[in-house]
Amino acid sequence: MLEKKLLTKRVGIVNPLSIDDYIKQDGYKQFKKALKMERISIIEEVEKSKLRGRAGAGFPAAIKMMAFAKEEAEHKYMICNADEGEPGNFKDRYLMENDPHSVLEGMLITAYATRATKAYIYIRGEYNKALSIMKWAVDEAKEKGFIGKNILGSDYDFDMEVRSGAGAYVVGEEFALIESIEGKSGRTRVKPPFPTEKGLFGYPTLINNVETFCNYPVIIEIGGKAFAKIGTASSTGTKLISLSGNVNQKGVYEIPFGVTIREVIETLGKGVPENRKIKMIQLGGACGPIIPEYMLDMKIDFDRFEDFESKTGAGAIIVMDERVDVFEVLHRIVNFFGHESCGRCTPCREGHPQLEILVKRFLNHEATSKDLLSLESLARVMHQTSLCGLGQSSPISIISTLGYFRDEYHDRIEFVGKV
Amino acid sequence: MPLQEILEKYPKTGDHLIEVLLEYQNTKMNHYLTEEELKQIAKYLNVTESRVSSVVSFYTFFSLEPKGQHVIQICHDVPCYVNDQPSLVKTIKNLLSIDVGQTTEDKLFTLEYTSCLGACDKAPAMRIGEKTFTDLTPNKVKAIISEYRGKRHA
Repeated sequence: MLEKKLLTKRVGIVNPLSIDDYIKQDGYKQFKKALKMERISIIEEVEKSKLRGRAGAGFPAAIKMMAFAKEEAEHKYMICNADEGEPGNFKDRYLMENDPHSVLEGMLITAYATRATKAYIYIRGEYNKALSIMKWAVDEAKEKGFIGKNILGSDYDFDMEVRSGAGAYVVGEEFALIESIEGKSGRTRVKPPFPTEKGLFGYPTLINNVETFCNYPVIIEIGGKAFAKIGTASSTGTKLISLSGNVNQKGVYEIPFGVTIREVIETLGKGVPENRKIKMIQLGGACGPIIPEYMLDMKIDFDRFEDFESKTGAGAIIVMDERVDVFEVLHRIVNFFGHESCGRCTPCREGHPQLEILVKRFLNHEATSKDLLSLESLARVMHQTSLCGLGQSSPISIISTLGYFRDEYHDRIEFVGKV
Repeated sequence: MPLQEILEKYPKTGDHLIEVLLEYQNTKMNHYLTEEELKQIAKYLNVTESRVSSVVSFYTFFSLEPKGQHVIQICHDVPCYVNDQPSLVKTIKNLLSIDVGQTTEDKLFTLEYTSCLGACDKAPAMRIGEKTFTDLTPNKVKAIISEYRGKRHA
């Protein structure tokens, strides 16, 4: 059994539109347990679990949680980042559509432990179904007294609200997300101060991804120590993988960290249609590296992924078979990020149009040796100098293919004097 | 629903701007907002007109130009691309005799690209209004479009 269903154990079994059904299946039991615990011991369990954020960067959850818990303020906000806009990722949608109350339960545990006063669930506007399911779930949880004043007879008050995005990839970035909830254009801010100090409406704010929140009930249930035994030393627990592209059984799979990419594609995904060969895969989504077939035995692990100077921990695997042209893919990626760039910082705003021109030359077999040098240096400059994750990670697909598929670049260069 | 009625459902604070814009634009058959309406929204929420304008131009969901009654959005990202998305685009372009970014003469359809719809497990995907269609083939697309043609009353 490659899969290990901790977060997805109720998917397909629980009726997402029925809080009673969720409660029947031991739902909200871990939140009730947490309400009886000392706040600090909840955070200690998270620390022992070594849980790392599931949005991509893999930041230790307990550090963020502790920093936020220490803040004293009239309002303390939490944001559930459900702006899952990274192409190739759909695991958060899967969780929200199939088991919305597990997201709310994870949020409630975190909120209670850190004394948050209100949470916003920010869902991208493209996810109509997830939006209506989550709104329904929040209303049901309010009726049952899990959200509101004096929750379940305790002295704890906590409110929750669902907000819709309006089509902007960059809003997945935490400060852009905060700006968007404030009703502004989603342009990031300069850090520090970090959101845990000064975030939404100027108050301390804790932001986690949907999947991260869903880990909290599991940690409370089995304890931090037992949780830390699942997965690898640097990456504990399970990971939801969004498997897509040229693969027979596309879908979301929950695996313990340490499983190889090949196992996911071949055993869970049942391989490539018509037995075609895999040419390359993209890890993490459009912002991730493109790696060749011979690297598929790599284990799925935060530290291993970080070797690519990229934040690919979101867990998408996009399979591309031998028919796919690297430059056609790069062109779409560059085009996507150019469109989604917020325009605030120069490397990202001015870099993308230039990247597009250069990639297009390779696509059309019109590139020169000079173009190769320009592309390489521009990609690196953008990676190193952009203000937020968008511009930093958008050139990763180019940087990685310049390494692993360099021959293909050379094949597209029109050498002067070539007969 | 008239704009004023929608506005009155919201507190007069700027953080509700995006929600108001979304809700109101959804009620309009041609999915766009006019300058007059933006002024009215700015006044009610007590924010500057420039801020409203900045938000409307920032988010791709908002439009200042009228669109077709049904906006067809085809996913343009890699997971759909490697699952034969280009042949869908070709089919729709031929069927409607328009290019991506254009509206049919009868103002029934607008064809657009969209960023990933998160339906990569059932690629290729497209969206018409709030409905997402998945596992598409050229034939399936033809059937969907003729169904929408049938709905042209309203």
